[in-house]
Amino acid sequence: MADFLSLREAVSKHIHDGDTVAMEGFTHLIPFAAGHEVIRQKKRDLTLIRMTPDLVYDQMIGAGCAKKLIFSWGGNPGVGSLHRLRDALENDWPNSIEILEHSHAAMACAYDAGAAGLPFAVLRGYIGSDLPKVNDQIEFIDCPFTGERLAAVRSVRPDVAVIHAQRADRNGNVLIEGIVGIQKEVVLAASRSIVTVEEIVDDLNAGVNACVLPSWAITAIAEAPKGASPSYALGYYDRDNAFYKDWDGIARDREAFQAWMKANVFEKGAA
Amino acid sequence: MSLEFTSSEMMSVTAARALTSEMTCFVGIGLPSEAANLARLTHAPDITLIYESGTLQTRPDVLPLSIGDGELCQSALTTVSVPEMFRYWLQGGHISVGFLGTAQIDRYANLNTTLIGDYRAPKVRLPGGGGAPEIATNAKEVFITLKHSKRTFVKDVDFLTTVGFGRDGKARDNVPNIGRGPTVVITDLCVLKPDPETRELVVHQLHPGVTREDVINATGWEIRFADELGTTPAPTAKELEILRSLKARTDAHHAGQH
Repeated sequence: MADFLSLREAVSKHIHDGDTVAMEGFTHLIPFAAGHEVIRQKKRDLTLIRMTPDLVYDQMIGAGCAKKLIFSWGGNPGVGSLHRLRDALENDWPNSIEILEHSHAAMACAYDAGAAGLPFAVLRGYIGSDLPKVNDQIEFIDCPFTGERLAAVRSVRPDVAVIHAQRADRNGNVLIEGIVGIQKEVVLAASRSIVTVEEIVDDLNAGVNACVLPSWAITAIAEAPKGASPSYALGYYDRDNAFYKDWDGIARDREAFQAWMKANVFEKGAA
Repeated sequence: MSLEFTSSEMMSVTAARALTSEMTCFVGIGLPSEAANLARLTHAPDITLIYESGTLQTRPDVLPLSIGDGELCQSALTTVSVPEMFRYWLQGGHISVGFLGTAQIDRYANLNTTLIGDYRAPKVRLPGGGGAPEIATNAKEVFITLKHSKRTFVKDVDFLTTVGFGRDGKARDNVPNIGRGPTVVITDLCVLKPDPETRELVVHQLHPGVTREDVINATGWEIRFADELGTTPAPTAKELEILRSLKARTDAHHAGQH
């Protein structure tokens, strides 16, 4: 059964320096509150995995939490660059980070294989691309039945998965609605998991085929209202697209970034 | 009567016209999304639009800023998980057209969205592959749209993120179970198509008011022109009106969200 913890306790207990951490949510339900708590607790040398690093990893990389990033699309959607990620890659600020990059299809398959307990995933992918030349987790194999050459990618098996969801019931079962992304897969692929939720309710009111994670498949649950903002939680609040645009200016400059982090992360404690 | 329009509008309208109601289109964010929704709001009302966030058959009222805005999910027929999207719907062969943007394109329509310079010491780091590497091979054909300049149209891409026809034009030869690859590239100056033999991009139409010299000066290789070079029809008043109101709606929506 999942433990109900405060966000501070959940991060302190389950995320350690040097861990491989996957904080997922495909544009929707991005676990920003949890990311900010990781920053406040000054976790270091993390291998961060996310299909779309988004602002949450831009902030964590800029704050010095990461030693490695595994990803498939590292931009500010519809706006431009992630400037803290670029500064780390182009100028080693605040520290150098290693990267391993995939395509979305390959990374989705790698999570799926991780959830299925397999060592690798197979897909019709990376044909003609230079990505296999720079990522040693991509190989090509021949289909044993047809001989077709297919891509194989190592599965993703993180130490810790972190996701945000709309709600949990009092037994710790979690409902995810809307763009469900890769969240079920990452929780099942990981050794431990933290789920932050908008609210804890008596009854999930889930449809029979809804995306529900049972309590016994989750390690810890923490209530974190607006915990996905400035991304969004369907049914609770919209994506703050204006902030995503503003972030471009904030993150472009190291001092502006640090001032923003001080005011909005370090001086704001979690519940 | 001649209408006033910008080269960006010319590009979006031309890209939209490449789409039809019969198509199932996997839509990239940015210019492709603008063109695909313009098509849906004009001549292709029944086109099926699919975004990689898992939203199937979506009909957004404003253009999404990200690939997963709530608007896409709420106006979709249904929303599936990301692995299901890539494995069943794309790799499974249900997409007729992949519509992509890019930072750089070369003469064989290979796309670079990874970086400028050396991989381990990039001059400019770009976002990376995203959905494009597999959209480009698993969709039955690929449309590409981007602004035309010496910086974007290069002889050879610095990094080959997403295959057009490979470094030698032959990357798709004898590869089973993949699509035809890029069939048209639409820019703010012209429309290009790959040569049926060599696969090198050739200019087929110039937009109104654009000269051969304009295209030559904005292309990083010795660009060829088709023997029968056409002129793209100018946008109609209706196309411009719908495009401008879509963009105005979108800007107002995204500005008012704080």
